[in-house]
Amino acid sequence: MTATHHDVREPDLEAVFQATIDADQRIEPRDWMPDDYRRTLIRQIAQHAHSEIIGMQPEGNWITRAPSLRRKAILLAKVQDEAGHGMYLYAAAETLGVDREELTEKLISATQKYSSIFNYPTPSYADVGVIGWLVDGAAICNQVPLCRCSYGPYARAMVRICKEESFHQRQGYELLLAMVNGTPEQQAMVQESVDRWWWPSLMMFGPADGDSPNTQQSMAWNIKRHTNDELRQRFVDMSVPQAEALGVTLPDPDLRWNPERQAHDFGEPDWSEFTAVIAGSGPANTQRLAHRRRAHENGAWVREAAQAYAEKHS
Amino acid sequence: MSDPTNAYQSLSETTAQDDPRWAFGTGFTDDVAAEISAPVPAGVDPADLAAYCLMLGDDALIYQHRLSEWVANAPELEEEVALANIALDLLGQARVLLSRAGHLTGVGIKGGSAGSTAAEDRLAYFRVESEFRNVALVEQPDDLDFGRCIAHLLLFSTWRLALLHRLVSSADPVIAAVAAKGVKEVAYHRDYAVRWTLRLGDGTAESHRRMQAGLDGAWAFLEELFRTSDEERRLVGAGVAVDPAETRAEVEEVLDQVLTRATLLRPTTRPMGTVGGRGGRQGLHTEKLGPVVDELQSLARRFEGATW
Repeated sequence: MTATHHDVREPDLEAVFQATIDADQRIEPRDWMPDDYRRTLIRQIAQHAHSEIIGMQPEGNWITRAPSLRRKAILLAKVQDEAGHGMYLYAAAETLGVDREELTEKLISATQKYSSIFNYPTPSYADVGVIGWLVDGAAICNQVPLCRCSYGPYARAMVRICKEESFHQRQGYELLLAMVNGTPEQQAMVQESVDRWWWPSLMMFGPADGDSPNTQQSMAWNIKRHTNDELRQRFVDMSVPQAEALGVTLPDPDLRWNPERQAHDFGEPDWSEFTAVIAGSGPANTQRLAHRRRAHENGAWVREAAQAYAEKHS
Repeated sequence: MSDPTNAYQSLSETTAQDDPRWAFGTGFTDDVAAEISAPVPAGVDPADLAAYCLMLGDDALIYQHRLSEWVANAPELEEEVALANIALDLLGQARVLLSRAGHLTGVGIKGGSAGSTAAEDRLAYFRVESEFRNVALVEQPDDLDFGRCIAHLLLFSTWRLALLHRLVSSADPVIAAVAAKGVKEVAYHRDYAVRWTLRLGDGTAESHRRMQAGLDGAWAFLEELFRTSDEERRLVGAGVAVDPAETRAEVEEVLDQVLTRATLLRPTTRPMGTVGGRGGRQGLHTEKLGPVVDELQSLARRFEGATW
């Protein structure tokens, strides 16, 4: 390709862009891209980054109380990884012409969203394990295909993030294994936690395909590779044998193997709850955002000091 | 079979047990585990050595608890990562030292999946407040004021680095191993604290004021760091411990240099006194430790006998 951006008309740029997508190649930050593609990516990457940051709270809740020093180390390292994921993702978003500060403002003013799963509380230590197993498991189903997303910086961030997520999932599952092999009280804690997290985990894949307006365009752009329902099915099929190995019951009376489909049939999540949580009336929405806002505001003087120091000493 | 559309294949490379991340903060390496049960150096009272391991271990354990309170509260993501990392390093040091103390006193031999694991948890979760041997500095809250956080970290890491430097040649192989690894870790902690002390001290008027206030408050707890306990005095002769009084000159010199560069004043705060000569090293603590111990132990005590 010899043409530069200056002597190519927009329709040609669009054709080059589409040809890159069609050839399953990566779009890089300096490449021309349609405004809608850029906007979609910024929204998606920012939401993903915000989810990592808000997601530190429900598990961070247990760090100081973790019941063994080994579990404390694992949990602290995991929550630290989430901060790291937030950093890579904000950096990926920054290649699209926004900055972290601007995105953080949108998070704390509730003009950009984060994953609704984090609007549920963690009243039990078993929640640490179940979040690892189910929530990180669902996140992995959603995110692994993003390693092949058409936007290069996002895809590369996701490779690293997915490896760490899968590590977290195994650690969560390993905690649950220890608990189900423990006392009856510990076993009951695991089941109670699974009962609370199963349906919200299924909701993490988003609405049913018929109600997901953005999916079509995102798939055409190779941002998204599978539909919500495909990913949800994969997650259910993956989780059922894991639940059996743990000896826990997934709280869905309609869940059964369908030999004709070679997949599990399962019940419908309560979409009215999903809609309510997204709209802001989940059990912990207010608390999560207030916490983030408070931390950000408490840190303002520190960030100002760092900037003033850098200017004095540049 | 390689299927590029299979979302999970690309993850399989991380399943190996030798993935370095499996070792990250989750257990001891075999080397250290073997050393936990190393013989007591000649001429050393095991009770003294155990007490000394608790002192060094409890400093790290209680301080990492305070640092962990910053999770999801830091002023910037880089600080989230750094503070959690420092807490993790200290937790790692605490675990080895508590295991050594447990081995020496026969605590936690029964049960537990990994032998030494039970000892560290018996000591962390089932001692009462007066059995903790940490200094008062590490139990002080900072109320999520980053100036106080950095002031505590500057004092603690400068002192601990001076201790660990000298302990690399300890006659106790576990202490020597913790020191050898810890010197690298704590050098980073100190560097982090110094860089922030400079930024806050020489940043804005507000940050200068808050950093100075943080130091003024922390300074009351500095004197205790140089006070020599009876156990330490006996262990110095055997080449196991370092006399903390010996670190004073180095610590004060570093602090003076940093404060000067950061345009901060050396505080004139009076040192906190003892209770009839007793302080943290003797199990006599400020009122700030109780709530830390209660929180740390709450879940483990509710399920005593359970394994996690």
